[in-house]
Amino acid sequence: MLAPSLSAVFFLLVIPVCFVVVYSFWLRSPYGADIPAFQFGNYAKFFDDFFYPSLLIRTIRVALETVALCLVMGYIPAYFFYRTESRLKPFLMILIMLPFWISFIIRTLSWINILGDSGLINHLLMKGGFISAPLPMLYNEAAVLMGLLQYLLPFMILNIYVSLDGIDKSLTEAAKSLGCTEWQAFKEVTLPLSLPGVSAGCLLVFVLTCGTYLPPMILGGPGNDMIANLIFKRIVGTLDWPFGAALSTILLGLLGVIVYTYNRYLGINQIFKTLQ
Amino acid sequence: MEKEKNPGLVQFRGVMKRFGDVLAVEKTDLDIPEGSLVTLLGPSGCGKTTLLRMVAGLETPTEGDIYIKGNRINDVPIHKRNLGMIFQNYALFPHKTIFDNVAFGLKYRNIPKDQIKEKVSRALEMVRLPGVENRMPSQLSGGQQQRIALARAIVIEPDVLLMDEPLSALDENLREEMRLEIDNIQRMLGVTSIFVTHDQREALSMSDKIVVMEGGRKQQEGGPEEVYNNPANHFVADFLGHSNFVDGVIQSRDGDGYRVKLEDGNELMAEGGDWREGDAVEVVVRAQKLDIVPRDSHQTDDAVNCFFGKIKERSYMGGEVSYFVELENGTVLHVIGIVKTKPFRRGDPVAVTAPPRHCKLLRKES
Repeated sequence: MLAPSLSAVFFLLVIPVCFVVVYSFWLRSPYGADIPAFQFGNYAKFFDDFFYPSLLIRTIRVALETVALCLVMGYIPAYFFYRTESRLKPFLMILIMLPFWISFIIRTLSWINILGDSGLINHLLMKGGFISAPLPMLYNEAAVLMGLLQYLLPFMILNIYVSLDGIDKSLTEAAKSLGCTEWQAFKEVTLPLSLPGVSAGCLLVFVLTCGTYLPPMILGGPGNDMIANLIFKRIVGTLDWPFGAALSTILLGLLGVIVYTYNRYLGINQIFKTLQ
Repeated sequence: MEKEKNPGLVQFRGVMKRFGDVLAVEKTDLDIPEGSLVTLLGPSGCGKTTLLRMVAGLETPTEGDIYIKGNRINDVPIHKRNLGMIFQNYALFPHKTIFDNVAFGLKYRNIPKDQIKEKVSRALEMVRLPGVENRMPSQLSGGQQQRIALARAIVIEPDVLLMDEPLSALDENLREEMRLEIDNIQRMLGVTSIFVTHDQREALSMSDKIVVMEGGRKQQEGGPEEVYNNPANHFVADFLGHSNFVDGVIQSRDGDGYRVKLEDGNELMAEGGDWREGDAVEVVVRAQKLDIVPRDSHQTDDAVNCFFGKIKERSYMGGEVSYFVELENGTVLHVIGIVKTKPFRRGDPVAVTAPPRHCKLLRKES
């Protein structure tokens, strides 16, 4: 019965990834088709120039920053959805999903109209007489984080919400009947029981950030490129497929190690095990 | 200082609760005597849980006051009320060990660690689960989890123990065992308890007082026997046990009883109440209180309240048999008989006798 899903995974995921890995060993030919080979030149090139690893390090730093921002900004609405008895709840939930219906590129580009020199914020501030020259809010890391945040926040909110929604509300009531204030009951019961969702959300946001290149490309400055931007430029810009494939394989390997370690020590499985 | 005569430990005074446009509990006065176990009994949506949750502080009364030990507690937050609460789904903290679960309330009462340890192990002994301190709730069965929940609620020595359908999630056999457990512990500790249930057997077997509720209103309040034997109205008679209802009109007084002309044409002697000739009444007879014998073994045709008919339906339930008897005039009576020899079969001619003292009269509700 698993055959259809296994073959889908095999043909749509495993085979293409194998192609990428195989390609990373090939030689680039400046004159035409790349030459099949088995050599580590493309990997050596990555480690030869610190510029390349530094992009990877920056990617991880930005991803961690994004996770932290999404966590703080995502937990609050998720908790609100869990507690609210408002009839507007389904409508508000749809609002969370709504961004998914709009192209990621459009959503990212729209920040230019908000943060740009003649964008909404600068326009209002100047009109109000608070500033005389526009504030430079675009083309820096903060703008990139803003773009990433608006892309990834729904994933975090939904993951945490699903986890919170599974918590029996009588647990909080029991805690309060035993002497907890609302805040103590949250710390003792709700927060620890929502950790599986928090953990899953963090992992998802981290991995998605590491693989995205649109926010840095559109909202970032020259110094804000992340590893996916480099891969994009090598493959689409300079048509250097073997090096692009090697970069992809390195990223894939690194993320694989991170996901594995994470799941092992504070991953989803681990947290569920302690619950049982 | 003059105190009210025999005041309840928990008192409801004109308590009313409204959710938006929905009236969940109508103005209610109720006293829960100290040390007693009072059951709020009724079908779902009758307001019994809302009443309980208002004592707990999980709902606020729209009107009226609630007193515990003479103090008005409407505005006292739940964590300062010193209540033990037991939920239908146990509500044990799944991420904490049994010890931490039971010790939870003690921790928030600033009790020294060695005392906590002692109290927890005593509470676990009381619910007959000693030595499970280091296990997780999910390693225990449903019945055991509910016993841990009971330990967690009583270990803090609460002023009132609130139980919200604590047995509904358990299966039949465990339910009986757990019911006895709660009953024993409640009596041993003498803790004032409010027990919410829709199960009449639970209510009848363990309560000092039953409060039957329906439609947000208190229908009757009294001891189990009183409520069962002298139902105050049609709802209570119908909700508790299996009853037969026949409409009729009072014809005359006859000694201690009344002669009632039933709408199906029969005449019946009934007892109790104060009625006048011509009053429209409803006669209630419990299915278990009707005597059923084979028609040919019945000697005197003129015995009081004796009707002839045939078995229409029967269902065998082990110790007893439930019959539906169709009388000669078409009325169908529900009779539950204990099986002593051989149960009747469908179509058997029988005689059904309704002893007058078991025929209760209720005012006909329009």
